[in-house]
Amino acid sequence: MRDVAIVATAQAKSTVNSTLTTPELLVPVITSLFEGLASKGVERTDIDFWCHGSCDYLTGQPFSFVAAVDVLGAWPPIVESHVEADGAFALYEAWIKIQTGQAETAVVFANGKSSSGPVDRILALQHDPYTEAPLWPTMTATAGMQARAALDAGVVTERAMAEVAARSQRSAMSNPNALLRGEHDVDELLAQPYANAPLRTHDCPPVTDGANAIVLATADAAAKWCDRPVWIRGIDHRIDTQRLGARSLTTSASTAIAADKAGAGNGKLDLAELHAPFTHQELMLRSAIGLDESVDINPSGGALCANPQMAAGLARFIEAADRIANGSANRGLAHATSGPCLQQNLVAVLEGAS
Amino acid sequence: MSTTDDDVTIADDGSFTAPLVLAYPYDRTVGPTIGRFLTGLMEKRIEGTVGSDGRVYVPPAEFDPVTGEPCTEWVTAADTGTVETWSWSADDERAWAMIKLDGADVAMMHRVDVASADDMSTGMRVQAQWADERRGAIDDIATFVQASGDGEAGQ
Repeated sequence: MRDVAIVATAQAKSTVNSTLTTPELLVPVITSLFEGLASKGVERTDIDFWCHGSCDYLTGQPFSFVAAVDVLGAWPPIVESHVEADGAFALYEAWIKIQTGQAETAVVFANGKSSSGPVDRILALQHDPYTEAPLWPTMTATAGMQARAALDAGVVTERAMAEVAARSQRSAMSNPNALLRGEHDVDELLAQPYANAPLRTHDCPPVTDGANAIVLATADAAAKWCDRPVWIRGIDHRIDTQRLGARSLTTSASTAIAADKAGAGNGKLDLAELHAPFTHQELMLRSAIGLDESVDINPSGGALCANPQMAAGLARFIEAADRIANGSANRGLAHATSGPCLQQNLVAVLEGAS
Repeated sequence: MSTTDDDVTIADDGSFTAPLVLAYPYDRTVGPTIGRFLTGLMEKRIEGTVGSDGRVYVPPAEFDPVTGEPCTEWVTAADTGTVETWSWSADDERAWAMIKLDGADVAMMHRVDVASADDMSTGMRVQAQWADERRGAIDDIATFVQASGDGEAGQ
């Protein structure tokens, strides 16, 4: 394996503004990314590979990702790829590209304009096209069924879910990129009515528009481009069956495998950034990975406070990497999910100087 | 296509926003497995397949999710079943449920038409309500409703 590090990051402030186009969302992020690298003499022409995560269904426009190439600058020619998925999965592709020796450096970027349409309904289209999607099962409806199963099984409680929401919004008070933040009393949260029973509003993510980017580099490039590289020590992606009825909804088997393969348990973790759009999912992920009370969970506030579709998973890498880069943590875990009810799960272990 | 003035907004900065409704109404050939399932629905019959471990999948699995082996043995399930888990959609005031049909081992997703969330419970018995005009689609089952004789919801 080649050592690969995160050497730079950039994020847009979360917003809800359906009039922004894909390039308008991305230009400030890509510009900021290279402004941060300017002192090291890095220019766009130094990047071997560009990999993008976004979703045409959100934009309502086929091949909408092509517009993003305008942001990168297509001349001189670049090597570019796109995943119809969260940017975290674009990061996985870029990591593999570097492992194969076809690239030494890569920019991974993601954008999602969740506010263009009814995102909850649009995401129904990720289900089986014949036996499920025609019923229009929303993201919240399926998450609600998962939460109910977990509540019935005693794996989570409504109080524990509310505590996740309160802690997340408190943490987000120090995150300028978050959309929701604040102090909440757990008992007051529990007194709120159900929005989509058994989920209350605080159990669900806000509709969010956002964009972000990461630079990956091999050891030689990282030494020149960055003072404190954040090394990807392990990364793994696993998928549960798409049939919700054929798998346990109260555990996340794919997360447990991915965490094990990524080496999550091979040392003390200072923090974990978990891509859990719903409160009960954070509790299930913590259990699947085996995170104890000593691990700082979602110091950014997580996806419950800012959930730009297709960028919220890559944001977990950025939030973990930034804290390792600034020395406030040394070993962290980044997780990204995709699909209904935690169907796909990607886990990476990030580390500063070893 | 036309839009009414109500659908259009012009922001202070002059940016123009109008609705765009996309539809993708394709005709597709769904293959022998899903095809047999959808054909059965037209005839008020719910069929599934048997997985490598003997579990009955309804709707049918084309391939076993774990072993990847083709599922070729067919079983007919009842149009009654048990709610394994559910949620209540406040938007359209109907329930979503994972329903294990009698004769199946793997639950299927569908809607349950009840008056309120108070009428739903894990373990309740439900039965399919068939659409009058069926066309070979999952919504040939218009919805599930509480099974007759199941006055006491839940167990």
